[in-house]
Amino acid sequence: MTLRIEIEDLAKHFGEIKAVDGVTFSVSKGEVLGFLGPNGAGKSTTMKMITGFLTPTRGTVRVCGHDVLTDPISVKASIGYLPEGAPAYADMTPEGFLKFIADVRGLRGAEKRRAVASAAEKARITHVMFQPIETLSKGYKRRVGLAQAILHNPPVLIMDEPTDGLDPNQKYEVRTLINEMAEDKAIIISTHILEEVHAMCSRNVLIANGKIEFDGTPQELEALSRYHNAVCVSVGGVETEALSRFVESLDDVAGTEPLNFNNGIRIFPKDGKQITLELSERIRSNGWQIESLYVENGRLDEVFRTLTTRPGDAA
Amino acid sequence: MNMHNIWFIMKREFNGYFATPVAYVFIVIFLLLAGFSTFFVGNFFDRGEADLYPFFSMHPWLYILLIPAISMRLWAEERKSGSIELLMTLPVSVFEAVIGKFLAAWAFTGLALILNFPLWITVNYLGSPDNGVIFASFLGSLLMAGGFLAIGACISSTTKNQVIAFVVSVVVSLIFVLAGYGIVLDFFSSWAPRVLVDVISSFSFLTHYDAISKGVIDMRDMLYFVSLIAIWLFANALIVNARKAD
Repeated sequence: MTLRIEIEDLAKHFGEIKAVDGVTFSVSKGEVLGFLGPNGAGKSTTMKMITGFLTPTRGTVRVCGHDVLTDPISVKASIGYLPEGAPAYADMTPEGFLKFIADVRGLRGAEKRRAVASAAEKARITHVMFQPIETLSKGYKRRVGLAQAILHNPPVLIMDEPTDGLDPNQKYEVRTLINEMAEDKAIIISTHILEEVHAMCSRNVLIANGKIEFDGTPQELEALSRYHNAVCVSVGGVETEALSRFVESLDDVAGTEPLNFNNGIRIFPKDGKQITLELSERIRSNGWQIESLYVENGRLDEVFRTLTTRPGDAA
Repeated sequence: MNMHNIWFIMKREFNGYFATPVAYVFIVIFLLLAGFSTFFVGNFFDRGEADLYPFFSMHPWLYILLIPAISMRLWAEERKSGSIELLMTLPVSVFEAVIGKFLAAWAFTGLALILNFPLWITVNYLGSPDNGVIFASFLGSLLMAGGFLAIGACISSTTKNQVIAFVVSVVVSLIFVLAGYGIVLDFFSSWAPRVLVDVISSFSFLTHYDAISKGVIDMRDMLYFVSLIAIWLFANALIVNARKAD
């Protein structure tokens, strides 16, 4: 575990607005940190401060041991960054653009050619290398931005919504690419697409109104859900109400709710306990035949909503 | 200050002019206007002298209109398209970016200026001019163009809108030229103390360019343009730093 990104009490205020307000976390090599939060929560602002584009109001950022305030050039050299919307020089071709990035990144000669070719191949843009970027589709523009970010094989990769606006196939490709690179890099990805939490991330930081509301693994995030370890059961020939009454009399059951299909009920355990085995035994010992039974992992969208909307917020 | 970075940024920016028809349109119009002003306004033939004074003396007025067209995109476009976020998160300092972009625009202006060489051939064919004077005037004109460009680059960094950058740059350039123009100085000299009039006139491009356009290179005039460029580019860097994320 080598710490690659260390952020301490980071804040950015725009006048009265506290876009980011005291954020602390760190990312090690091998970690893919999913940076979650609603639009306007402060994700992009935080990323802009890590990459040295914005100067923090307070707090420190260290990347690979370099402080972004005292040694911004070293920080920028160790980061590959895909800004939101993947901006590029529209009238250049991907080839010219990547060569420019390689030049500025200090790559020369054969090394430069290899880096450009390899980044283009990984981002799957080899067949559009000689078309002006402005003529490319949104998906390709995003991939050009991605190629630019990974060009110099940086130890730290920061991507602001890398899959935004891509079709499902493209999203899959980008996720595969990120997973391939995960092992020897520290990666931060911001997203509000919750399915990506499982597809890519080894850890999540959820931010709302400029503050961290959650920091942990995707599994821990799911465990916060009311639906975590809830069991959905339907039993042949038994009324829903009778089933509910029976189940609710058990020790570890907190409550039930009817499912709106196949006569089943959803059973909520107390304190998120695993109750599947015990439950199925009890139902069977009652002489009932279980038609279907499955356990829910928890619903990220529900956790997301709970953590990012304060009580009293209209939402 | 990393010279490599300045060079790469300059190269990209310079090629950027030629990625669209902008460069070609600009060069053609510059040549047409320069030729027109030399022959019709400057009376190249009627003067009956083998020099390029009519050509060079028109440059301040040409530059007021044309240089802002070169400088307007330098930063406004970066800010509008968001590519400034990319540029400023590369391992490049603000000063390197400011200087690289400025040099690209300056090199482009130099190219446009050199493409007026048929005039030089003409005057050498018709008579025997002092080519040393012509070369000195060329350098002086280029130096003055740098002054206009530095003003334009700085103003371009204050806005995302290229049209605003153009219009404001034209006005500021006009002020810098007119400060040395007779009518303006007369207006001030009727009531203002002599020191103030001298200060105003010493800030003018015309005052410093006049001697150069005749081929007289005075260190003080050179110093004026060099420090003018340095000050405007310094302001440019400060503005980019402060407003890049807006």
